[in-house]
Amino acid sequence: MFVIMTQTAIENMAFEDAMGELETIVRNLETGQTKLDESISAYERGVALKKHCEKRLNDARLKIEKITLDQNGTPKGTEPFDPENQ
Amino acid sequence: MIQNVPEFSVSDISRALKQTVETSFSHVRVRGELSRVTLAKSGHFYSDLKDESSVLNIVCWRGSVQKLSIKPEEGMEVICIGRMTTFPGSSRYQLVVESMELAGEGALLKLLEDRKKKLAAEGLFDEDRKIPLPFLPKTIGVVTSPTGAVIRDIIHRVSDRFPCRVMVWPVQVQGVGADVQITRGIEGFNKASDRNRPDLIIVARGGGSIEDLMAFNEENVVRAVAASTIPVISAVGHETDTTLIDYVSDRRAPTPTGAAEMAVPVIDNIWATMDDYRARLRQSLKRLIENLSQNLHVSSRVLDHPHRQIEPLEQRYDALSHKLDNAFMRNVDVQDKKLLSLGGRLKTPQAVLDQGQLSLDNLFERMKQAGTRIIPERADKVSGLDRMLETLSYKSILNRGYAVLHDEGGQLLDGVDAVQSAEKIKITVKDGSATR
Repeated sequence: MFVIMTQTAIENMAFEDAMGELETIVRNLETGQTKLDESISAYERGVALKKHCEKRLNDARLKIEKITLDQNGTPKGTEPFDPENQ
Repeated sequence: MIQNVPEFSVSDISRALKQTVETSFSHVRVRGELSRVTLAKSGHFYSDLKDESSVLNIVCWRGSVQKLSIKPEEGMEVICIGRMTTFPGSSRYQLVVESMELAGEGALLKLLEDRKKKLAAEGLFDEDRKIPLPFLPKTIGVVTSPTGAVIRDIIHRVSDRFPCRVMVWPVQVQGVGADVQITRGIEGFNKASDRNRPDLIIVARGGGSIEDLMAFNEENVVRAVAASTIPVISAVGHETDTTLIDYVSDRRAPTPTGAAEMAVPVIDNIWATMDDYRARLRQSLKRLIENLSQNLHVSSRVLDHPHRQIEPLEQRYDALSHKLDNAFMRNVDVQDKKLLSLGGRLKTPQAVLDQGQLSLDNLFERMKQAGTRIIPERADKVSGLDRMLETLSYKSILNRGYAVLHDEGGQLLDGVDAVQSAEKIKITVKDGSATR
């Protein structure tokens, strides 16, 4: 019950929240305090959280952009930026 | 007429004067108070420098303005370093300023200290205003010079730790107008729409003299950081340089590289943690299943064969159901008998009436018979009694010669005393009475 009530949609979760909940689930399962039914749903949620976090980690890509400004210093848009060639 | 004084044309004398002035005053330091300060659209800076009795026009060309270490303000006591020049076209002279510093020993530090106190009093540096940094920003906005080591250092370190999207807002980091650009950068990131709005801002500059870092002490920059709803890391100069932006920012980094380290975690560490969680998750499930199956095994051994549990119950059931049958039948008998007897006792109204009628007829009949019989019977009885009465009557004794004596009151005289005391005696004999 506890697990079900505090569940939020994983895809909307911040990375650290997802990781924090995963840690809690792992610790609860390890202490063996969870009931069987709850253990199974906790495990399933743990797997989903792990996937969410791993996706975020796999998506980590460096992308550098520079804001382009007009003569008054107002932003016009962005352009790719290479700091080595400045 | 004195003719040996050379004659100059206006232009000649103006040119000569210009040459003399520019030669004699090619490098001067002039102290005074700034007045009528103007920063033109072109980027050139115009002002007057004055003291109690004199005024000197000064100009600072755009290229020099950008290198100024202080932001010239109205009323500021400064020392301007530059060269004198003249305008032959309008008979004017002015000081072309190449650099400028605050006048007086420690004047700049005092100015900063006063400003710091003022801003602190407004609460801009309060701890409870600080916004926590996101654990993992999706986009980092960097307000800094697009050239130089600072942006390279930040990007390298971000890339090494946790690659993500970095948006650079290019600004001048020193000179007049740098503060305005930096302010615009911070405000611009805050105003940016969803995707282009970073979740963390780094304001950075490499090391330099206190004058070089002055833009980061300006009030508008400090206020822009205070107003930012996106957390700001300041990384200005070296660790030993503290500028006002460091007091107002949510975190202060000692260097631009340090800012990148605060901004993002190390992805490899997170991968390791995730791997650890994955393994522990799997392990805990495995252990859970093992424990449960062991529990099940133990439980099933302890548990009796179902038949053994049921047999005694069945036996009890049989006995009870037998008893129940008997008890039931007995109960039926009893009830049956009760019913019969009650049924016997119960009569229909007609039967009751019939019987009543019968009894009535019977009684009537008996009465009739009794009536017919009783009259002769009584007649016999009367005549019998009558006879008996005749027999027993004293009159029959009289017939046999006896007499009966009464007094005149009719009282029987049955003794000597009664006869002697009587005045008159009535003597009854068989054929009548006589009195004597």
